[in-house]
Amino acid sequence: MSTARFTYVLRLADASLILGQRLSELVGHSPALEEDLGLANIGLDLLGQARFLLTYAGEIEGKGRGEDALAFLREHRDFLNPTLVEQPNGDFAQTLVRQFLFDAWQLELYERLSQSADSRLAEVAAKGVKETRYHLRYSAGWMVRLGDGTQESHDRVQLALDQLWQYTHELFDADAIERQLIADGIAADPAAIRQGWDAQVNAVLAEATLQRPADRPYLWQGKRGQHGEHLGRLLAEMQYLQRTYPGATW
Amino acid sequence: MSDSREWPLYEIFIRARGGLDHKHVGSIHAVDARMAIEHARDVYTRRQEGISIWVVKSADIIASDPADADALFEPARDKVYRHPTFYDIPEEVKTL
Repeated sequence: MSTARFTYVLRLADASLILGQRLSELVGHSPALEEDLGLANIGLDLLGQARFLLTYAGEIEGKGRGEDALAFLREHRDFLNPTLVEQPNGDFAQTLVRQFLFDAWQLELYERLSQSADSRLAEVAAKGVKETRYHLRYSAGWMVRLGDGTQESHDRVQLALDQLWQYTHELFDADAIERQLIADGIAADPAAIRQGWDAQVNAVLAEATLQRPADRPYLWQGKRGQHGEHLGRLLAEMQYLQRTYPGATW
Repeated sequence: MSDSREWPLYEIFIRARGGLDHKHVGSIHAVDARMAIEHARDVYTRRQEGISIWVVKSADIIASDPADADALFEPARDKVYRHPTFYDIPEEVKTL
């Protein structure tokens, strides 16, 4: 078993899984029926990515853990999603800014991963690119609409951007695990992802008349299993059923 | 009439597959044309119902007045000779 590869695939899986769970919390609560379906569709796409990736991670690990065991029976510290995606939905601006920052990152990531030497990863990424391209179109459209909208919508998006910006740094921080996999042609290089992400984000922020916040040096550690206060409650809800009725199916 | 904060209504037309016409499938609310396309995609094509979408602002559709129905449509009622019922349709033609 390749520990590095297991960790890397789990990071990718958890990024999609946790954001998908966040979006599913909004079902029935979006500001309009059409947005409800839109966000739920994105959440389902992310959940689909997570299922493929978790299944693959379980195979790499070789201990008989399938997608369900990895999603519902892992502890808080074993989740390796970036801290950005566990942030609460907040108001619609916060949901959208989180989505936009993530989509721009995931598109660059998956475009590169679709060339990965790991054919399973390349497959998932190639399928994901099409989904993510739409997600970004959706979230970028809202960034411009709200940013360049009314004074209130502008202020709310700018505030959300200022609050969430600190979590973006982690997305581009390669550790030893990733550096090894990059050298093997398996992982995508965050430095290259950052270039594309910067260009995309800057272009949309300019069109949305939003200010790009200053980078802060603090580094969040979600992908190393050190999470903020919000993930615990998300997992409590997501894992409740399997923890209370182990093996329950319907 | 309608609340000005409510999003404008758009009519949605979907082409199910190549060679077929766009068909009216329903309507959605959206603030602009781009969002209308996205909402139409999310609401009406999530089960592979289409390959092309048209959106039209409902307000831009000019409709006939039901009160004029007698004048507009009644006169056609007794003119059966306008129906092309006297042709034999070849078997190869499926979608007529």
